[in-house]
Amino acid sequence: MSTSHNPVARDDPSLTNGSGAASVLSAGIGCFLMAAFAILADKSALVKSNLIFYKPTGPLSGVTTVAIVVWLVTWGILEWTWRKKTVPAGRINAIAVALLVLSLILTFPPVADLF
Amino acid sequence: MQITERALWTLIHGMAFGGLYLLACSGALVWLYQFTDSSISDDFTRGHERFVRIYLIAMVVLAWAAVLSGTYVIYPWYRAAPLTGRADLSMFPQRLLMSRPATSGWHSLGMEWKEHVAWFAPISITMVAFVFIRYGHDLRNHRQLRSAVLVFALASLVASGIAGFFGAEIDDYAPVRGGSTIHLSHAEAK
Repeated sequence: MSTSHNPVARDDPSLTNGSGAASVLSAGIGCFLMAAFAILADKSALVKSNLIFYKPTGPLSGVTTVAIVVWLVTWGILEWTWRKKTVPAGRINAIAVALLVLSLILTFPPVADLF
Repeated sequence: MQITERALWTLIHGMAFGGLYLLACSGALVWLYQFTDSSISDDFTRGHERFVRIYLIAMVVLAWAAVLSGTYVIYPWYRAAPLTGRADLSMFPQRLLMSRPATSGWHSLGMEWKEHVAWFAPISITMVAFVFIRYGHDLRNHRQLRSAVLVFALASLVASGIAGFFGAEIDDYAPVRGGSTIHLSHAEAK
């Protein structure tokens, strides 16, 4: 019998939820940073000029690059800290989803223009 | 039959990367839901798990390809500014949209939203793929993680849907034009 027809193995008890929670929270933070930097670049001329990493793309290049770098660094730190731990996933996921929803709202231009 | 270089890139960005990603999203949601549901996931094999992993990795590649090609290839052509006093704006999509009240909203709302919200898709799906590869079938025992993964996968679908909708409409009203011409075939005139 080929291994591809074997049933999926039963659960690995050694897997804690820390690694998954680190990924989820950092993704929420990454999305929120994208929205926050976009608003900052739109409202502050100083921030805007400093976020032009690639002139043809304008400040969008800096907004996205900084958000992605901070997201990955945050993910790395959280992964290192929580990878072998069991963490309160319910609370962490609630924060991550709240950040995600907030990000979707904040990137909507009529809302972003309120700041 | 011919196509310009910029139109071809727009096609690759919108159809090959973005469109395919959008199509794949609904499949990913179904697979993730079923594979990690404790009541129905006993029938799945290692082959299924490997398939979902490859499927999600392909989605991660498509999502990043879509945002990177959009931001660094198409967007500079879209936002290019004409020399002062130039009357023909057909080569400058952003200026063309903003020159008429009837179309300015496609930039001020559509592109302004699309250019940021689209990035939620690769961030979300990268996380979803990582968590699935790390936990696989065991995700059904981490109900809160499973819920978060499904929410982010859904958000990825919504974000790419917003970006896709506005991208298609903007390209309809003010297409990115120019660049060298690529001849696809030489049909004879009848």
